[in-house]
Amino acid sequence: MSRIDTPAAGRMQTIARNPVMIALVMTLAIAGCASKKNLPGSAGELGLGGAGSATPGSQQDFTVNVGDRIFFDTDSTSIRADAQQTLDRQAQWLAKYPNYAVTVEGHADERGTREYNLALGARRAASTKDYLISRGVPANRLKTISYGKEKPVAVCDDISCWSQNRRAVTVLGGAGM
Amino acid sequence: MIKSSFFRALMVAAGLLAAFVAATPANAVVEININKGNVEPLPIAITDFLQGELGKKISDVVAADLKRSGLFKPIDKGAFIEKISNPDAAPRFEDWKVINAQALVTGRVTQEADGRLKAEFRLWDTFAGTQMTGQQFFTQPENWRRVAHIIADAIYERITGEKGYFDTRVVYVAESGPKTARKRQLAMMDQDGANARALTNSNDLVLTPRFSPNRQEVTYMSFENNQPRVYLLQLETGQREVVGNFPGMTFSPRFSPDGQRVIMSLQQEGNANIYTMDLRSRTTTRLTSTAAIDTAPSYSPDGSQIAFESDRGGRQQIYVMGADGSGQRRISFGDGSYSTPVWSPRGDLIAFTKQSGGKFSIGVMKPDGSGERILTTGFHNEGPTWAPNGRVLMFFRQNAGAGGPQLYSIDLSGYNEQPVPTQGFASDPAWSPRLE
Repeated sequence: MSRIDTPAAGRMQTIARNPVMIALVMTLAIAGCASKKNLPGSAGELGLGGAGSATPGSQQDFTVNVGDRIFFDTDSTSIRADAQQTLDRQAQWLAKYPNYAVTVEGHADERGTREYNLALGARRAASTKDYLISRGVPANRLKTISYGKEKPVAVCDDISCWSQNRRAVTVLGGAGM
Repeated sequence: MIKSSFFRALMVAAGLLAAFVAATPANAVVEININKGNVEPLPIAITDFLQGELGKKISDVVAADLKRSGLFKPIDKGAFIEKISNPDAAPRFEDWKVINAQALVTGRVTQEADGRLKAEFRLWDTFAGTQMTGQQFFTQPENWRRVAHIIADAIYERITGEKGYFDTRVVYVAESGPKTARKRQLAMMDQDGANARALTNSNDLVLTPRFSPNRQEVTYMSFENNQPRVYLLQLETGQREVVGNFPGMTFSPRFSPDGQRVIMSLQQEGNANIYTMDLRSRTTTRLTSTAAIDTAPSYSPDGSQIAFESDRGGRQQIYVMGADGSGQRRISFGDGSYSTPVWSPRGDLIAFTKQSGGKFSIGVMKPDGSGERILTTGFHNEGPTWAPNGRVLMFFRQNAGAGGPQLYSIDLSGYNEQPVPTQGFASDPAWSPRLE
């Protein structure tokens, strides 16, 4: 293609736009946060213990009576005191039913970037696994997998949901690495 | 899966049209200097290419490309005075100057005896009264959109002096269904959202697709068989393979600029470190070794350096190291955390995601960390990717509330932000290199 070299543009104009106005529009756009919540329904989903009529040693027994999940603080992988109680129960249950291998699934909330949250979920799964090992669960019964922020259980735009999504779920069987 | 003629080499034959008017450089002044930052778009008249519906469709795509760039303002066809009946003849420049068309595009589309499409266009400088360029292309009729993008690239380049980016594609993650049960597939489309099609169709979670430099392959992450690993997909054949045999989750892959290596993170227990795998010898090399999360590696265009993110200092920050892992140094020092660094194809900037004050921004900084500029801020913006000319970024945005992520593009001025149309929700865009 033949190009014609031209002197500096004469006709193009630069207009000064106001960055403050643009920032204002952004602020308004995020001000109207929706508050619709889609919270887990049952005690089992929440990982709370409860009076269950589940068959001892069953998946339902583990989920309802032991609690299959623990929660984490923002960007944290340390096992909170309430989580330690849940994991202690898990370790006791797994000692009682030694035929189960388990996978610890690590998750992050959506307030992070995709790649980092995959690693953060893995870190949470690893610290959960380490705690279970410290409570006597043999390492060869434990696998881990991270889903990052890709599998939330609670959907809303505030901490009430994010705090439920920052979790490690112990799944009987499962297919981690 | 993929059965397009897109990847066949040189399916479009190009030629120059003889200049109708002898070049008179002294008066040719239609030019846009992108480096001036925020420029007033250039008024341009893009006439319907002659002979029928296809000619009109091609000129509409040309006009849409140029308009989206933010550098051109196509003039409403209703304002046109002269009706172009012979695109080989010089237009009546006065008729175009009157409506302030500083540039004029005319063209013609015809069918050759062998069934091929012949598309010709001429770009005129109306005030100088000269032809700026004229080219013709031959292709199969089904590639008409591609010809339109190539013409738009030629006009963009002739007027801005920069390579265009319209004849390019984007791979991304197409998302559907509710947040708690989101289905994700790899998909590919033209940069303007046309010709979208799925590359995978399974219930396995797939993330972060990235083009190889020759556009023949995509590397991505898949949870196939619940083994989260980096894969390589051959676009022509649909063949897939796992990249490497690592003892843990591999993720966040990207090609080296020469296409010989894939760089990625390997997760082992709580730590993620960066590795490369040579695709020919299959040898792997470890580049970082910390008890931290090192991820999102991206090569400089000359392959000599790698930008990545790490939380080794407590929170996510951007670091740069040599391609052999030497000289690791932090470059982001602003308020907040920084992630997903992506080196510009021009080498002059690194784009990133920044989290600060509960908001997610897309920004750029120089490779030494200086000159940070935020281009867009909101509830959640993430994952920038560069157009091959290094002037425009695409990223994904999740607004507060229900719904899902959508793709947007923004130029380096930060003023020209455009939604990129996709059929459903979309995330993780990766812009293809230019199709030579």
